[in-house]
Amino acid sequence: MKSKFSQFFFILCCNLLLWFLLTGTLHSDELVAGALVSSIVAFLTLERTSIFSAINISFQTPFALLLYLFEFYKTLVIANFDMARRVITPSLPINPNIITVKTTLKSDLGKMLLANSITLTPGTLSVDVDGDDILVHWVDCPPDCDTQMATQLIAASFEKHIRGFLN
Amino acid sequence: MNTLGYVVMLVGATFCFLGGLGILRMPDVYNRIQAGTKAVTLGSIAVLLGVGILKPDWWPKLVVLGGFIQLTSPVGSSAIARALLRAGVKPWQKQSNGESGS
Repeated sequence: MKSKFSQFFFILCCNLLLWFLLTGTLHSDELVAGALVSSIVAFLTLERTSIFSAINISFQTPFALLLYLFEFYKTLVIANFDMARRVITPSLPINPNIITVKTTLKSDLGKMLLANSITLTPGTLSVDVDGDDILVHWVDCPPDCDTQMATQLIAASFEKHIRGFLN
Repeated sequence: MNTLGYVVMLVGATFCFLGGLGILRMPDVYNRIQAGTKAVTLGSIAVLLGVGILKPDWWPKLVVLGGFIQLTSPVGSSAIARALLRAGVKPWQKQSNGESGS
């Protein structure tokens, strides 16, 4: 998604979808008003939304996005049961540490999505993003864990999924 | 159908409760953020799902609410954790038992 026009169109569609979900009707009046407001918003924010230019729009994009969301919710549920188990166990089985994870995603949007996903996966919380490094607080860090191992365990599967629709 | 909605809401409330318990039990601020973020994200989404089953007309708005919670909650907790790290709060380690960094 390189050109200004496709970016404008993308933001317009997102705004329209949001408008449609919030109003909940398909009345022509509502749709016309929504289209008007959406175009104004998309026009005004065009300069500041270049972050979305990292998205690759192609035939496979929706499938990759769905696959990513499926993986995301699966790990979110696992994370909750994991955390519940730790909280209920009387001895509180945690061994926290802060480690570094390397990412190969280039775009800011990709890094943000990866950091968000890491925060909601079992026992990990992304603390800071600095270039290619993501600082991660890990509740149950295995002993003698290094960057490479942590990257494999925490980031690898999400990175693969995000790469499906982003740079 | 109503029963199913209430059960899903109860599950969500249970997760929120466990998140609160985690905030009380965890030894330092980073672990508390962890317990809070995950449990409350899934808990609120489950509550919204339960409401959606009870009131099927509200689906579109509930989807928007769930999406915003899911996007903003990890960003918020990451921002808090980052500010804490910059302010020099050390994470609690198992070796230094009982000595919290905060």
